[in-house]
Amino acid sequence: MESQQDAVAGAGTDERVAEDRYARLRRFWKSDFVRSAPYWGIPLLLMGAAVYGGIIWNVLISLTDYEGFLQRPDYGSLDLDMYSRALSDSAVHLTARNTFVLLVAFTSISLVLGLFLSILLDRDIRQKSKVQTIYLLPMALSFVVTAQFWLWMYNYNNGLVNTVIGLFGLGPYNWIGNPKLVLGSIIFALIWQFSGYTMVVFLAGLQSISDDQFEAARVDGASIFKTYWRVIIPQLKSASVSAAVVLMIFALKIFTFLYAMFGTYRPPKGTDVLATLMVREAFMLSNWAYAASIATILLGMSLLVIAPYLYYQYREGAL
Amino acid sequence: MSQATTSDRDGIASLLPEFDYRRFGLYAVIMLFIAFFVSPIWTGLVTSLKPPEAATQPLLPPGPETFTLESWTRALDQLSRGFINSFAMAIPATLVNVLLASTAAYGLTLVDWRRQMLVVLLFVFGIFIPYQAILVPLDNFWTNIFPLAKGLAIGNVTIIPANDRWGTLAELAITHVAYGIPICFLLFRSYYKSISEELIEAAKVDGASVTRIYTRIVLPLSTPMIGVVLIYQFTQIWNEFLFSLTLIGSAADQAATITLILSGIGADLSGTNFPLRMAAAFLAALPTIVIYVLFAEQFAEGLAAD
Repeated sequence: MESQQDAVAGAGTDERVAEDRYARLRRFWKSDFVRSAPYWGIPLLLMGAAVYGGIIWNVLISLTDYEGFLQRPDYGSLDLDMYSRALSDSAVHLTARNTFVLLVAFTSISLVLGLFLSILLDRDIRQKSKVQTIYLLPMALSFVVTAQFWLWMYNYNNGLVNTVIGLFGLGPYNWIGNPKLVLGSIIFALIWQFSGYTMVVFLAGLQSISDDQFEAARVDGASIFKTYWRVIIPQLKSASVSAAVVLMIFALKIFTFLYAMFGTYRPPKGTDVLATLMVREAFMLSNWAYAASIATILLGMSLLVIAPYLYYQYREGAL
Repeated sequence: MSQATTSDRDGIASLLPEFDYRRFGLYAVIMLFIAFFVSPIWTGLVTSLKPPEAATQPLLPPGPETFTLESWTRALDQLSRGFINSFAMAIPATLVNVLLASTAAYGLTLVDWRRQMLVVLLFVFGIFIPYQAILVPLDNFWTNIFPLAKGLAIGNVTIIPANDRWGTLAELAITHVAYGIPICFLLFRSYYKSISEELIEAAKVDGASVTRIYTRIVLPLSTPMIGVVLIYQFTQIWNEFLFSLTLIGSAADQAATITLILSGIGADLSGTNFPLRMAAAFLAALPTIVIYVLFAEQFAEGLAAD
C-alpha cells in the first residue's frame, strides 16, 4: 500500500507531496486497522492494563522494600534484595519442591486417566453423553465446594475413604493430618476434579480421527490395544500438549483448593506450595515486596511452560 | 466389532451366545468410574440430610428418624447474602465479558490487517498468567489508587458515592471482566475462524462497513458461541475465590461472595459440622449445577477449546 504511494510521490512538487500525505492519511484513516480498532482496542486496553500493567507493576514492587499496612511502596531505591532473600529462604525451597511434585504427579496422572476415560467412551457405548456429563461434573464445581466434599471424604472416623479401605482391612489413615500423606491426598482429589477435563479434550481429538483407521488396523489383524497404542494415541499429540499446559499452569497457581481445605492462611503442613506461600506472605503478613518477588518467580516458572507452547501454536497456525 | 469375538470363546461362554465379555467388562469399568466421580457428591448429599451426631455411615441415606433439613435451612440463612452479592457481581461481569471478547475477536479475526497476530498473542498469553503475579498490584490499585468502595470525587463533586458493599462488588466485577477477556476472546476467535470468508468478503463488496458486518452478520451468527461463553464464564466467575478473598478479605464483610462465605462455614473451634458444610456446599454450587445439567454440552465445548 505504502510503496504505491511512494511511486506516485516520486513525481513531485511540494504540493504533490502534501496532497499525497493527505491521501495517505485518509487512506490510513479508512483502513481496516483503524476501522476495527475500537472493536479490539477497548478490550486490549482493559486486559492489557490488568495483565501486562499488573505484571510490570508487580516486578517493580518486588524491587522495593514495601511492607506493612497503609504504607506506599517507595520506588526511589530499587534493588534485588527480595530475590536474594527468596532464593535463600528454606520455606521457598520446600514450597518449590512441593510445587514440582504436585505439578508432575497431578499433570501426568490426570493426562493418563483422562486418556483412558476418553478411550472408554470412544468405544461407542450406550448413553455416552450422560456418562460424559457425570465424569465432567466435578469440573463445574468450584474448588471451595469440592474441598468441602473431600474434607468429608478424608474424615478420619466417618469418611468414605477410610470406610471403603476398612472393608479390605486397611487403615484408617489420617489423610489430611499426616504430612506424609497429605500431598498425595490433595493430588488424588484434584485428579478426581480434573480428569473429566482431560477426557473431554482427548475425546475432541479422538472424534476427529476417522473410523477407517480402526477398520484398516482390524483388517491388518491388530488388537484394539495395539491400534490405540500404535495408531490412535500418536495422533493425539496436540490435544495432549494443550491439556498438559492447562494442567501444569493450574498446578503452579493452585491456591483455592488448598486454602479451602485447610481453612486459613496458616501454612498447610506438607502441602505448602509457592502459590500459597505468596498469598500468605502478602495478605496475612503484609510482606508485599517479598510476596511480589515470589510471584515473579512463579510467573517465570509459568513462562517456561507457556512460551514454548505459544510459540508452537503460533508456528502451527493454531492460534 | 462386538460380533468379531464370538467365535473364539469357549467353556461357559458358549452357553451364552449373546453374552459379550468385552462389552460387559467395558460397561463394568464405566460404572466403576461413575461411582468414583459421584461418591464424594453422594456422601455429601446424604450427610447433609442427617443431624451432626448421626453423620457416621457415609454412604447410607438418613433413616426416617434421623432425616432433617435443619442443615439446609441454616446454610441458606448464612449464605443468602453471598447469593445476592455473587449474582450482583457475576451477571454484569459475564455480560460485559462476552461483549468485549466478542468485539475483540471480531476485530482480530474477521477484519484482516497486518500484524494482528501479535495482538492475538497478547490476548492469548493473558489466559495463562497465574493470578499471584498480579495480586499485589491489584490490591494496591483498588485500595490506594482507585478505591471505588470509598467513592469517587473530582474536587468537591462526588461522582460515585462511597459504598463499601456495592463499591467492592463493582471492583470485583471489573477485575473479573479484565482477566476474563483473554479466555472468552479465544473461544470467540476459534468460532469466528469457522465463519466463511466469502460471506464477509461479499458483504464488504456490497459496501457494508466494519460495524455493519458485525451487527448484521457476525453477531446474529454468534448466538451458539455467545451461549457457550456465557455459560462458561458465568461458572468461572461464580466459582472464583482468590480475587474474592484478597479484595474482600473476610466472610463477615457485607460484600462477601458465596465462595468466600462457604469457605468458613461449618468450621468452628468445637469441631467441624459436616452436615452443615455439605448443605452449604450444595447450595453454593446450585446455580452452576443447574446450568451444567441444562447445558452440559456447551460447558464441555467451552472447556475443550481452552
